[in-house]
Amino acid sequence: MNETYHINESGYYGAFGGAFIPEMLYANVERLRSQYLEIIAKESFQEQFTELLIDYVGRPSPLYLAHKLSKKYGAKIYLKREDLNHTGAHKINNTIGQILLAKELGKKRIIAETGAGQHGVATATVCALMGIECIVYMGSVDIERQAPNVSRMKMLGAEVRPAESGSKTLKDATNEAIRDWINNPVDTHYIIGSVVGPHPYPDMVALFQSVISEEMKWQLQEKEGRDYPDYILACVGGGSNAAGSFYHYLDELRTKLYLAEAAGKGIDSGHSAATSILGSEGIIHGSRTMLMQTPDGQIIEPYSISAGLDYPGIGPMHANLIKQGRAKVIPVTDIEAIDAAFDLTREEGIIPALETAHAFHMLNKIDFRKEDIVVVNVSGRGDKDLSTYIKYLNRPHNVSDE
Amino acid sequence: MNRIEALFTRKKKNILNIYFTAGFPELDAAVSVVTYLDQAGADIVELGIPYSDPLADGPTIQESGTLALKNGMTIDLLFQQVKKIRSQSEIPIVLMGYFNQMLQYGVEDFLDQAASNGADALIMPDLPMDVYKSDYQSMFEERSLGISFLVTPQTSDERIKRAAELSKNSFLYIISKSSITGSASNISQVQIDYFNKLEKLKADTPSLIGFGIHNKETFLTASAHANGAIIGSAFIRHLSKYGFEQDSISSFIDGILK
Ligand SMILES: Cc1ncc(COP(=O)(O)O)c(C=O)c1O
Repeated sequence: MNETYHINESGYYGAFGGAFIPEMLYANVERLRSQYLEIIAKESFQEQFTELLIDYVGRPSPLYLAHKLSKKYGAKIYLKREDLNHTGAHKINNTIGQILLAKELGKKRIIAETGAGQHGVATATVCALMGIECIVYMGSVDIERQAPNVSRMKMLGAEVRPAESGSKTLKDATNEAIRDWINNPVDTHYIIGSVVGPHPYPDMVALFQSVISEEMKWQLQEKEGRDYPDYILACVGGGSNAAGSFYHYLDELRTKLYLAEAAGKGIDSGHSAATSILGSEGIIHGSRTMLMQTPDGQIIEPYSISAGLDYPGIGPMHANLIKQGRAKVIPVTDIEAIDAAFDLTREEGIIPALETAHAFHMLNKIDFRKEDIVVVNVSGRGDKDLSTYIKYLNRPHNVSDE
Repeated sequence: MNRIEALFTRKKKNILNIYFTAGFPELDAAVSVVTYLDQAGADIVELGIPYSDPLADGPTIQESGTLALKNGMTIDLLFQQVKKIRSQSEIPIVLMGYFNQMLQYGVEDFLDQAASNGADALIMPDLPMDVYKSDYQSMFEERSLGISFLVTPQTSDERIKRAAELSKNSFLYIISKSSITGSASNISQVQIDYFNKLEKLKADTPSLIGFGIHNKETFLTASAHANGAIIGSAFIRHLSKYGFEQDSISSFIDGILK
């Protein structure tokens, strides 16, 4: 059997995925489903996409050998620098792709949800670039804790609409965006920011993010003489930066895949977003996947210090990778992430996003061999999180090394 | 034959279906509210199973669901309430929830409980037709449970036919326009053309028009283009404002029917 961890023709990764959507969304989602591969494969689309990624986003993003971290952790540790992209995170790879797609589909209005604000900023940016109206839904809790990104979106000309229902975070912003799409089915395209939602979104977003692992292949070939690493480490909210950095290695079994999940104040604290550990199979935002829920199927409000990981579900690709044992998950608490952020900053002079910091904590948790090649995906930079980091400036650091 | 099928063989016009959320405004309110609705002349009741993330619903229904969950509403309680209602009323009852709720409960158990306690049909707006057909249709039919699928102005002719066929033991749920529940405006010519098209495509399946129906005028216009109509958010707003005593409920229904 030709085993693969990619999506199948029915829109599933193993048992996960599909499109569990109300009829009001069907026509739009179906149009996307039937056209996305064809549109993306067009030469003119590829030309524009590649040109924008190079000249506007600043790709390829460097693959940097972190000497001090390598020494500290006893392996060759490379950093894939998505933090250096225009707007400061991997999110823009996807929004460039989707805005071009929206134009092909003749859409005149863009909506998006955002947690940390990185996807909102990336969407507002491409809308400014293309001169398209942009509305970003953001939980009112996140609006408060990610203020710099709210200002950026506004300066870019987007309207930021607060989501006031539920936990007032990413899941609720997603609900509001979906409702907007139901109310505006004809002129509007919904740019989802992660590998979540109904098919074809998880696959489409993964495809746009797959440029990360595409570059890793030739960058590793150049630097190491082989095109695959032994480990890839990424944080997972919905899972788009992880999906992008895993994509071309999904079926390369020599590469071990590790996901850092936000454990918040601790797995058993009742304040966590560790979906793969606390969750069970069900449906969230139109996708059959793992999610945190009560026995009655009510979705549980998650918690993480990091707004971008504060989501009660996980993309269906990852649910399958985890269930099949292809990817391993390590839960990382708020404080472990903070320590990892200071560690990276002091060792390498790179201030990561809080989301990304979760991935770095995993370096403490894996027993590497000296010759192992490890890639940590630096999904974003920490400018937006400075007000959080500042609170921990006087904490004794380096507690994370044993 | 379930109670919905029996109703439509007996009555074909001006069918009034009232939606509200179980557990709202008080935990056990559904038992008396449904009985009063029956006495006041409503034809069908749709009991919403409150959900944390009701994607297809607007703010009025979501807020009522949030309150119901705060009141302690659960799926087991809902089945108990349906059973109690059945000792007082034979009004057709449709349970409306989201597919995840049924999945977590266990689909067979859920259907067993629904059927044995006296529900007649289900509405699961996010359960796709093909998944229903391949995995669940026979389970529904074994228990004489109907299901209502939704159609919108964007639904293709071919899908309308399928939805109508699969909904034949209940009714086809016609969404009056592109919107979530709860928006109130009048019915336009474009909508009327759409209703007329549906009338032809749906064959023998009864149909009710929902979303945005909020008063006598919109009820009558909608009823002229289908077997009747569904009122949800407007009734929930009424319950919030005027309470769930019998007087309040009969005055709401009188306002629509008289
Ligand atoms: C920098 C950064 N990393 C990671 C994430 C998490 O998203 P995903 O799991 O889709 O990569 C976010 C989300 O906002 C983010 O801003």
